[in-house]
Amino acid sequence: MIAGINFPALSIIVFLPIIFGVVLCLIPERYKNLTLPIAIIGSVLTLLLALLLWSDFDATSGALQMVERFSWIQLLNIEYYLAIDGISLPLILLTTITTIIIIVTADRTIEDFKLYLALFLLLEGILIGVFAAQDSILFYLFWELSLIPLLLLIGIWGGERRKYAAIKFFLYTFFGSVLMLIALIYLGSNSGSFAIEDLTIKGISPFYQQLLFMFFLIAFAIKVPMWPVHTWLPDAHVQAPTGGSVILAAVMLKLGGYGMLRFNLPIFNSVSADFAMFVIVLSLIAIVYISFVALSQKDMKSLIAYSSIAHMGFVTLGIFVIFQFKPFDADTAALAINGAVFQMVSHGLISAALFLGVGYLYKLTGTKMIADFGGVAQKAPVFAAFFVFFAFANVALPGTSGFVGEFLVIIASFRANFLIALISALTMVLGASYTLFMIKRVIFGPVTTDAVSRVKDICFIDKCIYGFIAVLVLLLGLRPVILIEMFQPVVEKIIKLAI
Amino acid sequence: MERELPAFTILAPEIFLLASAVVILIADLFLKGKQKIISYWMSVAAILATIIITVIAQIGCDDVILSGTYKADIFGVVLKVTILFIVAGVFIYSRTYLQVRELLKGEYFILAIMGTLGMMILVSAHSLITIYLGIELLSLSMYALVVYCREKNSSIESGIKYFIMGAVASGILLFGMSLIYGVAGSLNIFEIREALMTTKAIPLSIPFGLTLMVVGVAFKFGAVPFHMWVPDVYHGSATAVGLYVGTAPKIAAFALAMRLLVEGFDAIHTQWADIFIVLAILSSIVGNLVAITQHNIKRMLGYSAVAHIGFILLGFVTGVTDVTNGYLSSMFYVIVYSIMAAGAFGIVIFLSDKGYESGEIDDFKGLHKRNPWCAFIMLLIMLSMAGIPGTAGFYAKFLIIQSVLDAEMLWLALLFVIFAVVGAFYYLRIVKCMYFDNAYKEKLPDSRFEFRILLGVNGLVILGFGIFPEGMISLCRMALL
Repeated sequence: MIAGINFPALSIIVFLPIIFGVVLCLIPERYKNLTLPIAIIGSVLTLLLALLLWSDFDATSGALQMVERFSWIQLLNIEYYLAIDGISLPLILLTTITTIIIIVTADRTIEDFKLYLALFLLLEGILIGVFAAQDSILFYLFWELSLIPLLLLIGIWGGERRKYAAIKFFLYTFFGSVLMLIALIYLGSNSGSFAIEDLTIKGISPFYQQLLFMFFLIAFAIKVPMWPVHTWLPDAHVQAPTGGSVILAAVMLKLGGYGMLRFNLPIFNSVSADFAMFVIVLSLIAIVYISFVALSQKDMKSLIAYSSIAHMGFVTLGIFVIFQFKPFDADTAALAINGAVFQMVSHGLISAALFLGVGYLYKLTGTKMIADFGGVAQKAPVFAAFFVFFAFANVALPGTSGFVGEFLVIIASFRANFLIALISALTMVLGASYTLFMIKRVIFGPVTTDAVSRVKDICFIDKCIYGFIAVLVLLLGLRPVILIEMFQPVVEKIIKLAI
Repeated sequence: MERELPAFTILAPEIFLLASAVVILIADLFLKGKQKIISYWMSVAAILATIIITVIAQIGCDDVILSGTYKADIFGVVLKVTILFIVAGVFIYSRTYLQVRELLKGEYFILAIMGTLGMMILVSAHSLITIYLGIELLSLSMYALVVYCREKNSSIESGIKYFIMGAVASGILLFGMSLIYGVAGSLNIFEIREALMTTKAIPLSIPFGLTLMVVGVAFKFGAVPFHMWVPDVYHGSATAVGLYVGTAPKIAAFALAMRLLVEGFDAIHTQWADIFIVLAILSSIVGNLVAITQHNIKRMLGYSAVAHIGFILLGFVTGVTDVTNGYLSSMFYVIVYSIMAAGAFGIVIFLSDKGYESGEIDDFKGLHKRNPWCAFIMLLIMLSMAGIPGTAGFYAKFLIIQSVLDAEMLWLALLFVIFAVVGAFYYLRIVKCMYFDNAYKEKLPDSRFEFRILLGVNGLVILGFGIFPEGMISLCRMALL
């Protein structure tokens, strides 16, 4: 602890980007030039605030910090309750970093640029709100609100089938959310409080416990997304504008895993164990089957989207594999969940960079089809070097952050069952094949098509952005402890509650 | 005889509204052409004055006056003030629409005011006879309003449909009332309640009459299977009339159910609640599914109203439990719904201002580019109708689901939220048209100042109730104590 923060830092970090977003919307047409500077100021201020939170954060404690708790709707027992712990903080940092990246690299030539940036700032505030909310109804409020900016982003600036993709995305997630709402209200009435830490299943019949667990699981599984409720994701990714894909892959997908750690594990201890095998099997299907699907993709964005689903399989596997340990071992369990959380952050960085790269190529060439490319390395060597680096990180090359999460989860899985570990380790081969297959066809070889001849190398700002992400990926890959020590105490607390 | 004088001070708002209707009726005879706008201003002023008089005369009252036929209480004040505010909003929204079509005449306002008077009587009715009088005053005004635009064939068709079905429903309601009167020996709601409490063996004619009355109530709500008139009236009548029919009368129907069924037949709650479950489920299923296939925005709003009524009826099913109060949920829901519906119709009326009848959902295409402010308010209303948190519609659904879960009916809550997702689809379709599709019409001209202010306030109220619903909820709670 450097200096105790005396002001409501969390409220400010949630509402600052939202206020900036609203201000952006209201800028009159003749001051159009101010749009980008204001957006950048807003996002940088938010990042600085997030860093301030980090500097003031006590990583040795698993307790909630920077608590702001007021009664909001007294009649319904709903509170305005913001606080962070070691799992929220890395995800908040990830959100702020991603938003800056999106805003700096945004394509200025698109129509209604003002609204485009404003929606990202709104989304940033809302997503930070999801990670900071400790009252379940407040959590639900931010959770649902996060759909709307993205719905508009995909629908207004998306590709050819954007309307279909936007509505599919919304309805899929909305379906999961309303089930979660029922579960939240039921638990809240049962517990006499909507604060997440107070929710309890004591006194509910076993059948209802399982039902409520399923409601949460469905809501989060759709968000992760797990097989077989993943079908919205490739559509949303392929159709979304570059920035939309980046925030979707980097942060939105993490909401599912975050929700499981916040709700399913601590609240439904014994019930989680009943369903653990079910979730593990789904995760393994995601890892193996979806990897094969990725192998057959013709569109780069859709390939990375499927690869995201496969990687998120490790998050769900890591979270639920702890119930299969025989005998139970708290240290190995901590290893598994640390791996899962680490994977969330690392995948956020890597997939953001990959989508950014594809977006860059698409802007120059107007195509995302793998077949239209070849020999990008000759036209844009620096870009190609970065893209290959992130592709290797996606393959989980040791030394990059992609390796750490998957490795921890696989190691821990051996404790549960050799077969689970074996199947999940297949990702090392499959991930390498689809990623490198894409790299070979897109980056290397001779320049064969007109599209590629239009490719230029990236500008200085883009080099800085890619370089920054690359440094983070390497840093986390070489010294993962920076991140792990942040959430280790919380993970231990969750395991204690879960078992 | 001492009782008589205070009785009439309590009745001041109703008397004032009736008197202003008469004054406007006479004044309108002397106004020609453009001067008719004076009737409009007089009507708005009369409604706003009635709000003030209602608050002064009836707040803090808890009296049953006029030999037990009229009850003045907080419940009445809250609902009357809401109804009056909404009717004033309806007038302001309708002004340009009526002017362009040369329909801005005294008749529209007088009929609407008489209907409002009917609603006010209904809200305060405490005897079967006053209830029936209120219903008839409201219904007859609405029958005439629906055919107000009499050049249009669809308007006449829907008016006749509405009239025939409405007359049958009123007859059924009256038949039910007569059976109840036959057994209970009184028209007074309180005495009927006492009679039911004391009777050990309830004779068969009570549930029989009750069922017939529930049919009448369901018709006024527009619940499935008594919903046939709703889409036709919304679609066929002039938009200004649809705006009137689709908003305030829902609150009156809620008051009807409260006064008649809840206050009178609380003792046999389960008997009518079971019918309400069926009505609610059917309304939600039919309303949501059929709304998907509509091309006309007014028809879609009609079916969406049916779906919302399903939610409102759920609150009556659960009734009062230890923790939650289903009637409170319904009351909050119906108020919020009327405000949302007023806003939605306000936008439809705005789009059809220039002598052109908007109605197709396609007319919303590219609204974001043509008029961003309007599109934003409509976005807010659609999200609120879909029940997205941050808007009033969320807490409306929240309260209902909470009371359903509290009554241990998880399956019912599940069914309703799943159909809420189905409902979200057609609300999203409007959002899609406004934001994702390209405009094929020119930019919209700005509307009148008062219209824009009202639209802004309407959106703000939806947002405000969505973020700070406590004030409204506690008001509803006070009203029901």
